[in-house]
Amino acid sequence: MAAPEASTAAVPTLYTNNTLRNAFGGVLSFFILLLIGVLAFSIRLFSVIKYESVIHEFDPYFNYRVTQFLTKKGIYEFWNWFDDRTWYPLGRVIGGTVYPGLTLTAGTIWWLLNSLNIPLSVETVCVFTAPIFSAFASWATYLLTKEVKGAGAGLTSAVLLAMVPSYISRSVAGSYDNEAVAIFALIFTFYLYLKTLNTGSLFYATLNSLAYFYMVCSWGGYTFIINLIPMHVLLCIVTGRYSSRLYIAYAPLVVLGTLLAALVPVVGFNAVMTSEHFASFLVFIIIHVVAFVYYIKGILSPKMFKVAVTLVVTVGLAVCCAVIAVLIALVASSPTKGWSGRSLSLLDPTYASKYIPIIASVSEHQPPTWPSYFMDINVLAFLVPAGIIACFLPLSDASSFVVLYIATSVYFSGVMVRLMLVLAPAACITSGIALSEAFDVLTGSIKFQLPGVTSNAEVDAGETSSDTSEAQTDEVKAEKPDDTSKNRPLKKSKKKERELAENPPAKATAKAKAKAKAEKKRLLALPLEASVISLLLLVVLGAFYVVHSVWAAAEAYSAPSIVLTTRSHDGLHVFDDFREAYAWLSHNTDVNDKVASWWDYGYQTTAMANRTVIVDNNTWNNTHIATVGTAMSSPERAAWEIFHSLDVKYVLVVFGGLIGYPSDDINKFLWMVRIGGGVFPHIKEPDYLRDGQYRIDSQATPTMLNCLMYKLSYYRFVETDGKAYDRVRRTEIGKKYFKLTHFEEVFTTHHWMVRIYKLKPLKNRIRGKAKKSKLKTSSTSSSKRSGTKKKNPWQ
Amino acid sequence: MEAPIRAREALGFILFSLLFSICRSSSLNHLLISNAERRIDLSSHIVKVFLTLKVENAGSTPTSEVLLSFPPTQADHLATVEALVTKGKRKKTTLVHLDVKPTELPDAPNDAKYFTIYLANPLKSGESTTIEVLYLLTHSQEPFPAEIAQSESQLVYYRDSALILSPYHIKQQATFVKTPSTKVESFTRVEPSNRAGTEIKYGPYEDHPPYSFSPILIHFENNSPFAVVEELVREVEISHWGNLQVTEQYTLVHAGARHKGVFSRVDYQSRPTLNGASSLRYLLARLPPRVHSVYYRDEIGNISSSHLRTDSRKSELEIEPRYPLFGGWKATFVIGYGLPLQDFLFETSDDRRYLNFTFGCPLLETVVDKLTVKVVLPEGSKDPSAVVPFPVEQHLETKYSYLDVVGRTVVVMEKKNLVPAHNSHFQVYYTFKSIFMLAEPLMLASAFFLFFVACVAYLHIDLSIRK
Repeated sequence: MAAPEASTAAVPTLYTNNTLRNAFGGVLSFFILLLIGVLAFSIRLFSVIKYESVIHEFDPYFNYRVTQFLTKKGIYEFWNWFDDRTWYPLGRVIGGTVYPGLTLTAGTIWWLLNSLNIPLSVETVCVFTAPIFSAFASWATYLLTKEVKGAGAGLTSAVLLAMVPSYISRSVAGSYDNEAVAIFALIFTFYLYLKTLNTGSLFYATLNSLAYFYMVCSWGGYTFIINLIPMHVLLCIVTGRYSSRLYIAYAPLVVLGTLLAALVPVVGFNAVMTSEHFASFLVFIIIHVVAFVYYIKGILSPKMFKVAVTLVVTVGLAVCCAVIAVLIALVASSPTKGWSGRSLSLLDPTYASKYIPIIASVSEHQPPTWPSYFMDINVLAFLVPAGIIACFLPLSDASSFVVLYIATSVYFSGVMVRLMLVLAPAACITSGIALSEAFDVLTGSIKFQLPGVTSNAEVDAGETSSDTSEAQTDEVKAEKPDDTSKNRPLKKSKKKERELAENPPAKATAKAKAKAKAEKKRLLALPLEASVISLLLLVVLGAFYVVHSVWAAAEAYSAPSIVLTTRSHDGLHVFDDFREAYAWLSHNTDVNDKVASWWDYGYQTTAMANRTVIVDNNTWNNTHIATVGTAMSSPERAAWEIFHSLDVKYVLVVFGGLIGYPSDDINKFLWMVRIGGGVFPHIKEPDYLRDGQYRIDSQATPTMLNCLMYKLSYYRFVETDGKAYDRVRRTEIGKKYFKLTHFEEVFTTHHWMVRIYKLKPLKNRIRGKAKKSKLKTSSTSSSKRSGTKKKNPWQ
Repeated sequence: MEAPIRAREALGFILFSLLFSICRSSSLNHLLISNAERRIDLSSHIVKVFLTLKVENAGSTPTSEVLLSFPPTQADHLATVEALVTKGKRKKTTLVHLDVKPTELPDAPNDAKYFTIYLANPLKSGESTTIEVLYLLTHSQEPFPAEIAQSESQLVYYRDSALILSPYHIKQQATFVKTPSTKVESFTRVEPSNRAGTEIKYGPYEDHPPYSFSPILIHFENNSPFAVVEELVREVEISHWGNLQVTEQYTLVHAGARHKGVFSRVDYQSRPTLNGASSLRYLLARLPPRVHSVYYRDEIGNISSSHLRTDSRKSELEIEPRYPLFGGWKATFVIGYGLPLQDFLFETSDDRRYLNFTFGCPLLETVVDKLTVKVVLPEGSKDPSAVVPFPVEQHLETKYSYLDVVGRTVVVMEKKNLVPAHNSHFQVYYTFKSIFMLAEPLMLASAFFLFFVACVAYLHIDLSIRK
């Protein structure tokens, strides 16, 4: 916003006029930003207002539990935390396997508030962390887009990001997940990268590494940054945009950023050992080579330079080939080619479904459908192409980065629905640019058409800012590399602008450019009616976006998923069965009892019921999950053996057949079979399918009707309505009357959504038989046991 | 099998106590009880005993102290003892509360515990008066069998004496025991005794010397849920901006026969009276009128099953735990509500303020094993003192709440074994200057002011080295 001041400083009257305008504009944009922050925060409160202030879903419960531990025990205990309440009997080293950014952030906020004697509970802080950080994220978007296309585009992008449904889905109040802070960290890192690129200041480069460090702390998605930025650097080098600013923006990031990243326990030596990071090192080498070449070019005469180039290229090619061969050999020798399963599935979308059912079984790892694009980014999908075009008019270092960002994120979002979240900021930035440019052109031509307002000085604020930002980048480009050393980084950009303005030739060029631009504008002006109508249409489009976003925030993305509600004719009906079951477990079972359930409910059980679980949502041990899957798909006796060998006392199943809750265990059951069968081959998927169809009615296979999951779900279900009609599968179940021999029902919630069974203890030997032939029975029982032992895959 | 043994034991005990009483009855023999009637109400898990004593002074000196005695097992479970005396004649009778205080006697037989009733007017020689005594016993019904399945109903033992334990000679006495239903498995017969409907009558017995004791055991069905709050912490926070915030943290347990084996929801839902007859489905809390912002939650969030009914005289909050409580099952929850301050805070003539609030637990028919009442006074209040109608343990704490600097004084009162009868008012007196109310707003305002000043200063100072 300070740029116009520089361009018109020559005329004193205009100068004062413009400072006033600028001051007014500054205050106005400050308040707009403040309101955007309020908007971003408050649109995410629907979940609190409609439901309650509670942690949502699955992973947030784990993060909440970790935060509680952190606030209770302190940071050192947290780093060394070995959690024995999960993955029994293996346990999990929490401190070394968790991205600590989110928990440390919330823990710090909590500590700060409590040291100011504001006694908010850890839960409250956790619930509101995500909305607070989405306000920060929208401010970071403003800064980023301002670097690209000026303040007008920045404000537009910020307001778009504040209510983009895709981001809302992951950051409503209560959705206390890594992405909540990671998106802010992502945008802020990109902003600092662009800021460094535009200013060439080492101060911002250092800040950039710190922001990158925060991102590494927060989310595994940091690999996106460490691949995207090298790609952009490479793009700049290839297109001949290499400058010392680029070097300053990149080299410190790689060195400092990698060192800092290695400090995070969960990353550690992965920061230099895995393929995800190799691109950055390769580009690091390339940029040094290029820098060296530019340096040599500066020293040598053109003729000498040519000779040197041919010499170096021949030798260099040979060395490079050798190095690359060694690298390829090294990477190829590792089984996964050095890539983790999730990353591989990014490159090859079919990888996961082929090889790793546990990744494929998670719904958010599936590729998205077209409607989900419309749902998640709505009209932005149409504005993105326009924004990309706007980025090319003209193409600067910063706008090329935005183009690259949107291109890559569109690809990644197409692979995994979860990465839609990475696309959302890019879409907001490009759409913001598109909208702002469009408004620019339209309002400009209206002004031109209307008589009496065509004063050159009173150009629209957004217009001038965009003009001058272009002018500024051109101007910076015009400067020679040795010139930038003089142009040392200052604390305040304002001063730098003033300094630039004092530089007479630069000012002159800027002025000339601005004038030329204005001339051009005049020629490009649209007819009045057309521009007014287009303006109106754009406003309608924006209104549509707002309506959709508010609807998405209120209806689609606010449900905490642990409480379900339905509206019927007699008012709101609440299904609070999950918490009923967890509260029961927590108060009425022994504190050291082990609870087995499918891994989806692991985090919730440890967090809400404080009971030890066998598997949880951190799916780090496939064999262990397969064991539980096998138990669930085995007949009762075999399942009892497996659970007994795992020290399990209670088995928890989720059943939606009574009220029609579709995401229950019966619907997830095929994944249990698949994952179990992947490790223990005696579980075969076709045994559970009748002609390739998954069914639980009278046509179902006997294996299906006798497996533990079926029995635990439908035990005594027929007594509810006499027909045993399953409301999810919309059919009567196949086997209605059966008894459990090795399990007993100990608790079923009000709507039958959670059923808890207890493993019966081993039966005492029957007295009469034992008296008759003690030796015989004992020998047969032992042989029986050894026989079943063979069947039990766990032992 | 058991009854004869018990009878023999009882006989032994009677003889023993008789011997004992003969040795030591001399010191208290100037009083005697001409007629005693005792009604024991066993319909809920809190045992209510109404004792009507007609006391006669047979000695020569006037006395104003009447002793009540309890066997040690009962004394441990004794929640309250109240004594009343009727005054006036016929229609104009009024009940007058008498002071009752626990007393230690040096030579109590078999560790009997005593309470002394202080009469308003000394009883002159030869005169007689009628005293009504009401006492409540908690944890006095022992479930037997101790573990029951879902479809079984809950049977309990009640142990007492057919004869009233008293340090005085009782000329004539009778005991009526009211059971919750007609289903009585067995009861000890001490002739003359008989049962009719829900009532068992022991007596009348004539002329029993002091410390007569005849143990009885009644085994009957009691399906009323044994709601026991193991620990209750009530925090009452006074804000002089006009609100009284009450937060109550409960640890609730069903203290009846322990639930055994299967809990079947289908049985529970289809035949609720047959399956889970003794389960605790809901609780009723009686809150003061004009209550607002009521919440009911536990550590994992809001509990949606509650109803609030308010009218001008009282508010009733019906709460359901997350799951029905069977014997031995526990639940924890928090109830919180706000109240208008002017209903509870008053000023004394000497410029002190006092809070007038109920002490006990607002849940009906509930025993509280341990109650802690914390009254959080506003920051800056001085010399607090509490006036409670019964003995409690007291101490002071300091609590830091929103933006406190010196902290708020907290008056903490603790008491064990409470019944709804303890819901009487208590007062906390303190002095407070209204100017302290402005401390926190002023603090905030000055903090923001300083922040803005700092901002302005920062924007106007040029810190760069190079000009």
